[in-house]
Amino acid sequence: MKNWTCAAIAALMMSAALPAVAEECIAPANPGGGWDFTCRQIGQIMTELGIVPNLVQVTNLAGAGGGVAFTQVVSNRGDDPALFVAASSATTTRLAQNAFAGATADQVRWVGSIGGDPGVIVVAKDSPFQTLGDLVEAVKADPSKVAFAGGSAVGGFDHLKVLMMLDKAGFTEARQVKYIGLDGGADAITQTVGGFAQAMTGDLSEITGFIKSGDVRPIAVLSDERVAGFDDAPTAKEQGVDITAMNWRGIYVPKDITDEQYQKWVDTLKQVGESEQWKAVMVENGLEPYDLYGAEFETFVAENIAEIQEISKEIGLLQ
Amino acid sequence: MDILSNLAMGFEIAASPYTLLLAIIGAFVGTIIGALPGLGPSNGVALLIPISFSMGLDAISALVLLTSVYYGAMYGGRISSILLNIPGDEPAMMTTLDGYPMAKQGKAAEALVVSGVASFVGAFLATIGLMIFAPYLARVAFKFGPAEYFALYMLAFCTLGGIGSNNQAKAALAAAIGLALAMIGMDKTTGMPRFTFGELHLMDGIDFLVAIVGLFAVAEIFLFIESHGKDSAIGVKLGKILVPWKMLRQTSGAMLRGTGIGFLAGVLPGAGASLGSFLAYMAEKSVARDKSTFGKGNPKGVAAPEAGNNAAAGGALVPMLTLGVPGSGTTAVLLALLLTLNITPGPLLFTERPEVVWSLIASLLIANVVLLLMNVPMVKVFVHILSVPAWILLPGVTMIAFVGIYSLTGSSFDMLMMVGFGVLGYIMRKLDIPTVPVILGILLGNAMEDNLRRAMVLSNGDWTYLFSSPIAIGLWIAAILGFVAPIFLRRVLKKPALPETDPTLNED
Repeated sequence: MKNWTCAAIAALMMSAALPAVAEECIAPANPGGGWDFTCRQIGQIMTELGIVPNLVQVTNLAGAGGGVAFTQVVSNRGDDPALFVAASSATTTRLAQNAFAGATADQVRWVGSIGGDPGVIVVAKDSPFQTLGDLVEAVKADPSKVAFAGGSAVGGFDHLKVLMMLDKAGFTEARQVKYIGLDGGADAITQTVGGFAQAMTGDLSEITGFIKSGDVRPIAVLSDERVAGFDDAPTAKEQGVDITAMNWRGIYVPKDITDEQYQKWVDTLKQVGESEQWKAVMVENGLEPYDLYGAEFETFVAENIAEIQEISKEIGLLQ
Repeated sequence: MDILSNLAMGFEIAASPYTLLLAIIGAFVGTIIGALPGLGPSNGVALLIPISFSMGLDAISALVLLTSVYYGAMYGGRISSILLNIPGDEPAMMTTLDGYPMAKQGKAAEALVVSGVASFVGAFLATIGLMIFAPYLARVAFKFGPAEYFALYMLAFCTLGGIGSNNQAKAALAAAIGLALAMIGMDKTTGMPRFTFGELHLMDGIDFLVAIVGLFAVAEIFLFIESHGKDSAIGVKLGKILVPWKMLRQTSGAMLRGTGIGFLAGVLPGAGASLGSFLAYMAEKSVARDKSTFGKGNPKGVAAPEAGNNAAAGGALVPMLTLGVPGSGTTAVLLALLLTLNITPGPLLFTERPEVVWSLIASLLIANVVLLLMNVPMVKVFVHILSVPAWILLPGVTMIAFVGIYSLTGSSFDMLMMVGFGVLGYIMRKLDIPTVPVILGILLGNAMEDNLRRAMVLSNGDWTYLFSSPIAIGLWIAAILGFVAPIFLRRVLKKPALPETDPTLNED
């Protein structure tokens, strides 16, 4: 899977042959994933809208779940006004858990989020759980009987979704919640369909095919409102559990650029986020609107990190 | 006869001159990529993805091109395994064990033909298997939980003793080194980094490609430097390519068994082609009546793993297409390609986009025939690429190794690590410790540990959970037999007059 970077290298070699590029987007992962997608789409729309005269160069810099890119931006490119980096909830989760070798969220500037992949909790089609309430009751009755599967490691965003949901539903013994981390959402689904885990959490976009085929049943979507195309899937909020967990897609820029340069990035991202092109891209890829820009977004990131740190302490990931 | 009409539709789309040309180009490029040490199928496919986009290929053409590169690389991997004793890619690892000794005995041509035909049998039957069983086999993946996977990996390790070495203790030592290296990186069950010493580059663990290229290619270069370049890289002459019909007949059983085992290993997500070729080799060795000649140039030891790894390549497409779960590194790259082409693999792909699936299958069948022609009568073309003088070839291999590894992460850290592995490989070669188990340890160790710990989480620490299903019990029994049987058999067979007898094929 790391080999995707080969593709990146080849892509780089080809883009090097194109006219000079000014703006650069770092995707802190290999081609094919969410961050790569964010970079390529934002870059392409920036060019189409004429915000930049030429193409935006996408550099894939994988490693340590975004940590390699983050530390590189902080230490080597701190004042580069033409650089932006793709980020998502995984970035803030790892920052909160101090997984970037001591780097902290205030070492960069957070520009905004332009969409989100709603979290979802699904069960196998023949599961006895009909509502989120049933599932929560079962966990409360005996947490050792309900195992959750997810596509991220323990402490990752898929795990946190379960813990945050249960916390809001009144079950605070985070350490007793059973969770197994697998390599990606599809793997987690097969474990749930096979009956090895009782429920699965992930991002809606990675589960779509299995929901449509009827292998799994969504019992709660972790968004503010029901998602278009999945009108039968109730939100957690409707069922009395006040939680939203969106895997947001956004960007950050280096810390030491000027305020004007930062504001320019905020305006650019807003323009991209409000464009018809981006709206079409969101529909095609199962993303929901989730707009936060500038100061508002920086506050969101800070709060998000504080919340994750609290849960991480409860489960012993942080001292 | 649903399958036949679907297949006819697939051929209708795939058999246009343009797509055929793409299949031929893909097969040719793929074979070269596979033959070059360090460049494996996953690098090859990954390198070609951006090229196929820039050529403006539509979804089907891009798929045809890339899957023929994929299959081509699986064929090509054996060439350098046999001639150079450096596996062209990681599944071709097992082919070195008997392929290189055969070449040294002057049977390089035979080894290449047998392995080429074995590749064809494996890949062709696997493609047919994919066609017939895909919808059902997807369900097999649902039957494998943590306990079953753990038992499967246990089976692999239990049968590992004695691979490529006459000393079981050395093989065990090498496997232990591999397992220890596998522990480096983020621990999935606790989310904590282990043995990373705060180094971000170690967070994702050691990439097995870095280890493979280091242990095989770089170590080979060190040995070459030590001999002052006196030995030619290809220490073997390649005579006229004749089809050794007798040998093919004798290895046909090995090919079919290898295909079956490889295909099943490919279908299981996470097991992949390396496990397929490994299990095929071990199974063949255990059923053979001439065990002692394995590792010394037994053609069955070439046929079984080659059939196994090519069948696994086809098998790995099953979970990728039907579940969206890649069964190997390369299918993960192909999965990314499908997603970019706006084709979402999953339970609905066969019903929603039949034209994609069936033209893919048709093109795989076409690519296979093309590959058989290229790899048997025309194999000399590829051999020529490898048979340039050693003083040109090895620096070239070194360069490809460094560029290939650098392209993985774009960090010099991995290159240093690769050189480190080269030194390790050199020392191990000097001490006559096999290096293959190290790779298997790195490759399978993580998945084995993760599954054990998942099983423990699910069962609240009750270890009997590991034996709670018929599949798991069956795998455990096989594992125990695989471990114990050789000890007793060795007593029964008691050294059957070893080195003098030339490993001839007239065992039956």
